[in-house]
Amino acid sequence: MSATRAVTPPDTKARVGRTGPAEPRLGSTLLRHLGLAVVAALLLVAASYGLEPFRNFQLATVAAYLCATAGLTVLTGLNGQLSLGHGALMATGAYTVALCQNAFADAGMTGGWLLPVSLGAAVLAALVVGAVVGVAAARLRGPYLAGVTLAVAVVVPALTVTFDGVFNGEQGLAVPVEPPPVALGAYFPYERWQLWVTAAATLLALLLLANLVRSRYGRTFRAVRDDEVAARLAGIHVARTQVLAFVVSAAGAGLGGALLAVLAQSVSPGAFSLTLSLFLLMAVVIGGLGSLAGAAWGAVLLVALPDLTHALTEQLTLSPAVAQRVEGNLPLAIFGLTLVVVMIAAPGGVQGLLSRLTRAVSARRAGRRRS
Amino acid sequence: MTRTARRGLALATAITLLVASAACTGDDGGGGGGTVPGVTDTEIVVGTHMPLTGPASAGYSKIAPATKAYFDHVNANGGVHGRKITYKIMDDGYNPANTQQVVRQLVLQDKVFAILNGLGTPTHTGVLDFLKSNRVPDLFVASGSRSWDQPDRYPGTFGFNPDYTVEGKILAQHVKTSLPGRKVCFLGQDDDFGRDSLVGVEKVLGAGAVAAKQTYVTSNTNVAPQIGAFKAAGCQVVILATVPGFTALAVGTAARLNFKPQWLVSNVGADHPTLAKQLGAAAGLLEGMVGANYLPMQNDAADPWIQLFTKVNKEYNGDAPFDGNTVYGMAVGYLFVQVLLAAGKDLTREAVTEAVRKGGYQGPGLAPLRYSDTDHSGYGGQRLTRVSGGTQAYFGPTYETDEGDGPVREHTAPPVAPPANGVPTAS
Repeated sequence: MSATRAVTPPDTKARVGRTGPAEPRLGSTLLRHLGLAVVAALLLVAASYGLEPFRNFQLATVAAYLCATAGLTVLTGLNGQLSLGHGALMATGAYTVALCQNAFADAGMTGGWLLPVSLGAAVLAALVVGAVVGVAAARLRGPYLAGVTLAVAVVVPALTVTFDGVFNGEQGLAVPVEPPPVALGAYFPYERWQLWVTAAATLLALLLLANLVRSRYGRTFRAVRDDEVAARLAGIHVARTQVLAFVVSAAGAGLGGALLAVLAQSVSPGAFSLTLSLFLLMAVVIGGLGSLAGAAWGAVLLVALPDLTHALTEQLTLSPAVAQRVEGNLPLAIFGLTLVVVMIAAPGGVQGLLSRLTRAVSARRAGRRRS
Repeated sequence: MTRTARRGLALATAITLLVASAACTGDDGGGGGGTVPGVTDTEIVVGTHMPLTGPASAGYSKIAPATKAYFDHVNANGGVHGRKITYKIMDDGYNPANTQQVVRQLVLQDKVFAILNGLGTPTHTGVLDFLKSNRVPDLFVASGSRSWDQPDRYPGTFGFNPDYTVEGKILAQHVKTSLPGRKVCFLGQDDDFGRDSLVGVEKVLGAGAVAAKQTYVTSNTNVAPQIGAFKAAGCQVVILATVPGFTALAVGTAARLNFKPQWLVSNVGADHPTLAKQLGAAAGLLEGMVGANYLPMQNDAADPWIQLFTKVNKEYNGDAPFDGNTVYGMAVGYLFVQVLLAAGKDLTREAVTEAVRKGGYQGPGLAPLRYSDTDHSGYGGQRLTRVSGGTQAYFGPTYETDEGDGPVREHTAPPVAPPANGVPTAS
């Protein structure tokens, strides 16, 4: 119980505590989310034309990570379950997509519909693994849950070495991906296409997650997080809710891993190490555990941080050897430091800070209007 | 309702502005017509990806700085056709996902002219198609995988190391001629490295000649089961296709099990200074180890190449510890400068790949470089080394062979001397 409470972000508690929406909402939740998704899609298409290819690729990587961090936010932020094994669930999705794409290529099949099929299979595979882990997780609390998910993070990459006939050991598998459709033109930048594919999948996943969060299930998730006994008294099946949260979260992670494999055109156990699982958790905590927007900040952070440290070490005048050493290890240190600073200064994470700011600004404006 | 309308209008305006600005930048990017990425009148920018951190960085992290030091030496001597070489080194931690990021950054963001000496089979495999579709020359990949030698599929990709099958054949030839009748066993890394090497060994010794075959993965640092199996099988000769850390592990584990075979080690994991550093007080166990190499021995102070590279290392590399990786990095730099010279003053990507295809390069290497229209592999042979009295030295002739069924021949052409100032000149 106490450990479950420990991961509850104070910010969301405050928001849950507010009674009712401040203004009447227009239309249904689904329509509102659909509208947001369409706007986001339009913005992304515009951005894909405005940005350079490398930035497109980085944005696509952010989108891939966002699937995983959003999943983790639903699990940890909304349901109060901790997972140190989401990197392994990403690996499940990634390997499934690799095996499917290779099977299609071997069978001589081509076509634009193959990738969605592979991605669907990846989500399904991660869902199954997530259900198994989730059933175990529903019986465990706090440090024990962390221990089990940690074991998943260690075991899944190790399986690729044990069954190296299928997974090709540490060298991993190539992921053959079709070039952009000919209809887009012969010189359509590949990175823009990658952004379109990943962003489409991510927006769909986010749309589903956002609706889930606002639905009855989302409310039971939060009820279980805030107080299991009270939730049970209110007629909520706690274990079932926890398994469901884990399954949903695993599906998100599986899709994220699959998209990452498609972007990298290769998959190997080294890409889904324990470090990745820890990074994911740190990213969602820094981003803000309470909301999907926080997951977005976390995903941005995962991609931007190595880039920033590279730029930073380029500014410093160090001997080349020292600079390279520092650059490799600095992201870890900075990530850790950021986590400590954010937890002290803004316990709600980046998103918590932002919403507090906007609330303050709008309150001031409202006050001025009244006077 | 008006508020929604106002919001919608604002969003629409924002999108229109974004699209408009996109159209402008798009024109700017494409308007450069005819210029070569990474090349100006005074500069050539090339990039690489290396494991500078992480488990694979031991030894390998010294290669790129050594290459950079050699380029600094060339730059101080006037550069190539008046252009200075800038070498961008990116750390990928030996993780293919990172390699994707950093190589894209080099090609799309930093606009490098070529990728030089990208290290690692799994890491580099992932960027082959990307480099091909962007027509970036992919020169002298630092790995002996046979994947780099596919002129039809990857016309711009060239290897540097002798491929692992060639190496396996040469090591096995030594067993056949100098250690006949001994029981031979094989320990290989569980990927292309180990597999290709075993193919070479079996090509020379015959398919059934290897009594026990074992593999290892770098994520598991316990090789006692494998070494125990060798001992149980009564192996007298063990051929290792291992990275340095696992050569040291295998030798150390065998000593603990009181098992003393003759070790034959791939050039990948046979650098004595690296191994001695890992084994520490137990470095004496390396006595008698036979290895393979194809570049001048780093402790051969009489070799003119070593004299040159030591000088460059002192002046431009902060006098970093000098070992086989330093020699390797500088040899790559020397070959690249030769290729740039051969490509001519009007430097284009096509000219550079054409210059490599023409072949005929001679440098510090003992074995011949084989580049041609149909062959994109690097060095075609090796010479054996032995550790005696705590120093590693060459013995016997240099051998060359192919990755097929060709014989293992002696290579008799004498090595060439470096130019006086250490910078190649256009021939």
